Amino acid sequence: MDLLAKLEGLAERHARMKALGGDAVGAVMERLLSPTRAIIEGRETILAGTNNYMGITFDAECIAAGQKALAEFGTGTTGSRIANGSYALHKELEQEFARFLDRRHCIIFSTGYQANLGMMSGLAGPRDTIYLDADSHSSIYDGCTLSGAKLVRFRHNDAADLDKRLSRSEEDGGGKLVVLEGIYSMMGDRAPLADFVEVKKKHGFQLLVDEAHSFGVLGPHGRGLADEAGLEDEVDFVVGTFSKSVGAIGGFGAGNHPYFELLRFAMRPYMFTASSSPASIATSIAAIRKLAAEPQRRRRLADNSARLFSGFKALGLELGCDEASPVVAVRCPDEPSTIAMWNALLKAGVYVNIALPPGTPNKMCLLRCSVSAAHTDADLDRIIELFGAVVAQGHGKKVANG
Amino acid sequence: MTDTVTQLCTLLQPFNTNGTVLSAATDISTDLNIDSVTVMDFVMEVEDHFDIEIPLNVLSETRTVADLAAVVEARTRKG
Repeated sequence: MDLLAKLEGLAERHARMKALGGDAVGAVMERLLSPTRAIIEGRETILAGTNNYMGITFDAECIAAGQKALAEFGTGTTGSRIANGSYALHKELEQEFARFLDRRHCIIFSTGYQANLGMMSGLAGPRDTIYLDADSHSSIYDGCTLSGAKLVRFRHNDAADLDKRLSRSEEDGGGKLVVLEGIYSMMGDRAPLADFVEVKKKHGFQLLVDEAHSFGVLGPHGRGLADEAGLEDEVDFVVGTFSKSVGAIGGFGAGNHPYFELLRFAMRPYMFTASSSPASIATSIAAIRKLAAEPQRRRRLADNSARLFSGFKALGLELGCDEASPVVAVRCPDEPSTIAMWNALLKAGVYVNIALPPGTPNKMCLLRCSVSAAHTDADLDRIIELFGAVVAQGHGKKVANG
Repeated sequence: MTDTVTQLCTLLQPFNTNGTVLSAATDISTDLNIDSVTVMDFVMEVEDHFDIEIPLNVLSETRTVADLAAVVEARTRKG
């Protein structure tokens, strides 16, 4: 039996996608012109699906910091954080993040994916139970699997459902970890944190919030949903990524627990991989300082998000959630029409993400936009105009409820 | 069919989009051609219907309706 024979279904699905005129999951950015422009298929294209929320990827000071680190520390660390891969830069970045997050401890990871793998598997073990939101990101699911913990899934954003599942659970002497996300990556909605905190007071679990899409974005200090909600003291652990608002690659976990630093010796995705390259760490240090010093980026992003949200609403598009968010997902009727509309948008000059099941909740097909502080009003109006021409005039208007 | 299997088949019907005839031997994922997320959504309905907890860890060894019925019956007795 050929091991790869099981991929036949994927081959057929990918062939059907390409037969519709393009490869929506194989787009290549031939050249990057700015945080919001690239050359794709030879054409200058507005980027509206990059999670580049702060638009910081071409910042001159971040680039200079990266170049300096590249020259001074070399191209790569060639080692793990617990061997030869901890440079002064890595420690400096951890301190910068701890300060920004107002947490006593911060551990950085080589990717955001590994941050979730590491934190889930470091915090919970086979005797513990993790309660995770049904719409959690794959990195949370994979981290939960790696932990060996008992896994209980609760209905998306439904604190009463979590309460019910906690009540149903037998007391087994193990720890309980509840995992939420600040902003959910596909639909753009936020966790109702205050409701979950009420359940926490009743049942007494430890709470982790993944602020991947909300870090730098929400809250008076840009620390995420818990900052916005004024509930940071109720959140035991924070996870996030450098690949969105920070414009680099890497991830972090943070908390105040006195044993937090010991997680460094209990997280395989932290221990058994090389640490981030010096250039990436240095641009992250420069970026986090900018996020702290330039709150106008957050305000600009909020304004831009509201502009795209209300523009799409006015077109009558069905969106992923009812509040303005830097993730604006447009619901489409089915896979072929979503692929066709994605192709038409790209040819007309705008790149968005295509999101298909099982990567989406409730089998939804989505054209997912992410807004950047670097988008101009003209960019956003052009995106709205193109969605008007391609999606609102096409098939995207009437969608059965998921 | 046992009572549990009958109830599971009823709960499974909304996920049965390709008209498979459901029985104890039905392989939930492959016969119904549904993805892993949909299987988890179905199991959530089963948990609520029987008021039991079925951790996701159990699912890797649960393929057919009969397998799931055994899990449900073991967990219903416990409660």
